[in-house]
Amino acid sequence: MSDVLSIGRSIIEAIVEHARRDHPDEACGVVAGPAGSDRPTRLIPMQNAARSMTFYEFDSKEYLRVWREMDDRDEEPVVIYHSHTATEAYPSRTDISFAGWPQAHYLLVSTRDPQRAEIRSFRIVDGEVTEEPVRLLESDSVEATVDPHAVQSYMFGQSPASVDYECPAAS
Amino acid sequence: MAIEVRIPTILRSHTGGAKVVEGSGDTLNDLLTDLDARHPGLRGRLVTAEGGLHRFVNVYVNDEDVRFLGALDTKLNDGDTVTILPAVAGG
Repeated sequence: MSDVLSIGRSIIEAIVEHARRDHPDEACGVVAGPAGSDRPTRLIPMQNAARSMTFYEFDSKEYLRVWREMDDRDEEPVVIYHSHTATEAYPSRTDISFAGWPQAHYLLVSTRDPQRAEIRSFRIVDGEVTEEPVRLLESDSVEATVDPHAVQSYMFGQSPASVDYECPAAS
Repeated sequence: MAIEVRIPTILRSHTGGAKVVEGSGDTLNDLLTDLDARHPGLRGRLVTAEGGLHRFVNVYVNDEDVRFLGALDTKLNDGDTVTILPAVAGG
């Protein structure tokens, strides 16, 4: 289990777009990848069955279908993401109590600021939350120059054409 | 009566790492009791102390979520597949 989330910039942009689209309701979804690879490659936006500003829940039928598809392709949920629309991108108590995929990166997007979305990633295992850095991959081979040991959050501007992100100094 | 049960990663510590186990029972409740005899602790991860299904899991019989079929009283037939997935939800 690696302690950094390496993910394509285009996938992050699509997640932010999904979160913006569903705002003010919470958005949720999965990024699947080959089992055991820790590489998130296939974005699957899901419906929030709760259709709520403060809660999200995978639609149970859609979830079974998506899970079977992943299983058939020998994939697993590498990233499970959801948005917070009025609070920071940090797991809530409910997020922690539900977290049932110990090998997944739990990615949170905050859309409370209409201009800039905040992205943070966590491991949630046995009720314990560990934040981890997000390393943006420009393509399959080129990585963004980011200190892999620092914990960052990314601020994404709304326009996908000119992504504005900054990495605040690690605390 | 053989029923195939698909176990999510988080519960495989109860099944010796197995992804799929077999069990029997006329209802989901019977099946979970049967499984618990060979995979101790599994039932406790799925059923609350009050005897209801835990909200942290989704349990399906074939293509249907058992919440819409009668929960633990859901009837099972030979050849059914039961799939257990950790619920994905939060605030």
